[in-house]
Amino acid sequence: MFARTALLVLRKDFAIEVKSREILYTTLLFAVSCVLVFSIAFVKEGEPLEDAAAGILWIAIEFAGTLALGRTFERERYAETLRALLLAPAPRAAVYVGKMLGILVLLAVVELLLVPIVALLFHAPLFAQPFLLVVLLAVGTIGFSAVGALFAAMLVRARSRDVMLPILLYPMTVPVMIAGVRGTSALLQSPADTPMAVMWIGMLAALDVVFITLALWAFEPVMTE
Amino acid sequence: MSSFDETPDDREPVERSKDVTAVAPDFDAVHVVDVSRHFGRRRALSRINLMFRSGDIVGLLGPNGAGKSTLISVLATLGRPSSGDVRYGDRTATQLGPALRRRLGLLAHELFLYPELSARQNLTFFAELYGLNARTVVEPALERAGLCDRADDEVSGFSRGMRQRLALERALLHGPRLVLFDEPFTGLDDRAVGIVSNRLRALAAAGAIVVVATHDLDMADGLVSRIALIREGRLLADEPAASGLRARYRGVVGGA
Repeated sequence: MFARTALLVLRKDFAIEVKSREILYTTLLFAVSCVLVFSIAFVKEGEPLEDAAAGILWIAIEFAGTLALGRTFERERYAETLRALLLAPAPRAAVYVGKMLGILVLLAVVELLLVPIVALLFHAPLFAQPFLLVVLLAVGTIGFSAVGALFAAMLVRARSRDVMLPILLYPMTVPVMIAGVRGTSALLQSPADTPMAVMWIGMLAALDVVFITLALWAFEPVMTE
Repeated sequence: MSSFDETPDDREPVERSKDVTAVAPDFDAVHVVDVSRHFGRRRALSRINLMFRSGDIVGLLGPNGAGKSTLISVLATLGRPSSGDVRYGDRTATQLGPALRRRLGLLAHELFLYPELSARQNLTFFAELYGLNARTVVEPALERAGLCDRADDEVSGFSRGMRQRLALERALLHGPRLVLFDEPFTGLDDRAVGIVSNRLRALAAAGAIVVVATHDLDMADGLVSRIALIREGRLLADEPAASGLRARYRGVVGGA
C-alpha cells in the first residue's frame, strides 16, 4: 500500500506536468538563466574563473529545486488536494515519498540540460568521470529533495510560505551543498581526485539516510493539524 | 502517456477492490468524547461531547468561526484533538490506523480536485488511491454526477456546480461509513442542491453516518435528522431536528 500510494502520487504529478509543462519549463529556464548570468560574471575573455563550475552547478540546482518545490506544492494547495491525499488509507509518509520522487525526477531532467551547459560555458571536464558524476548528482539531489519536500509540505498552508521555504531549506541543505560542491570539484581536477569524490559521495549518501529517515518519521505528525 | 489518460475500459484489470471493505474497520457509531482543540491560546473546540449513529444526518450548525470545520477536521483524522478522543465504534483513530480512512469520506468547501486533470482522471486517481478497481467505479460515478459527456474535459473548465457534483462523487467513491460535508451547498443552484440533498438522504438510508457542517439554515431545514448547535467552540444543543429550525437556532445561538 505504501509503495503503491507513493507511485500513484508520482504518476499523478507526472500526468499533470505532461499536460501543463509549467514547472518543467519555468525550472529549466530559471536554471539556464542562472548559469548564463554566472558565466557573464565569471568568464572573462573566454577564460572561466578557476573552480567556479562546481559551485555554479550546485547553486543552479538548489535555486531551480526551490522553485520547483514551491510550484509543485502550490498545485496541492490550490484546491487543498494535499488534504485529500492525507485522507488516503495508506501511511501518510507515502504521500511524502511520492512528492519527493516527483521533485527528484524533475531535477534529474533539469540536470540533464544543466551539466552540458556548465561544462561548455566553464570549460569544465564534467564528463571525465561520468559514472561518478551521475552518482554524485543523484545522492546530492536526493538529499536536497528529501529536506525540500518535507519543508514545502509543512509550509503549504502558511501565508508566508514563499519566504519561509528558502529560509528553512537553505541552512538545512548546507551540508548537501558543501559535499556536492567539494565532490564535483574533486572530479574536475586534472587528474580527477577519485578517492576524494567517493568520500563526498559517501558523505552525501549518509546525509540522505538521515534526512529521509527523519522526514518519514516527522511527516505524519507535522501534517496532522 | 500516463494511465490517467486511458479510459477505464482500455486498462488492464486492477486486482484488489473486492477486499477493500473487507479489511477496512467498520463501525455503527462515532463518539466524540470531551474533545477540545486549541490553536495556541485560541480555543477552537471546548469539551465537545457528541454521538453520531448510523442512519443519522446530523447538522453541525453555528455561525462563522464557531468551530464546525475544526470538528470536521478532527472527525476526518486531519486534525488531532488537544484533549479528548474520537471513538469510531469502540476504537480511536490511532488504534485503527490508516485503514480507518477507507471508511471516511470528506467533501470540504475546497473541492479536492485537480483542475489540470479531467473528471475521469480525477476519479481514476482517487479510486486507485483507495485501492478500488477504477474500471468498475469511475463510469457509474460519472453518470451519477451527470458528467459523462464532459468526462474527458479538464476540471478547470467546469462550473462550480459541476465541480461540486464531481467532488461529491470523489468523496463517496469508496463507500464511506462516515460522510463529512463542510458547507456542501456553497455556490450551488436549486437543482444541484436538490441532487446533493437526495444523495445525503440515500446515504443515510443505506446506513452511513452523515455529518453536515453549515450555517445555511434554509438548506439544513428538512434535511437533517439531528442538530448540534455550536458557538465559539462550545456545544450549545444536541437534539433531534424539528420544524422551525431557524427559530430554534435564534433561540439558542442568537443572531440568525
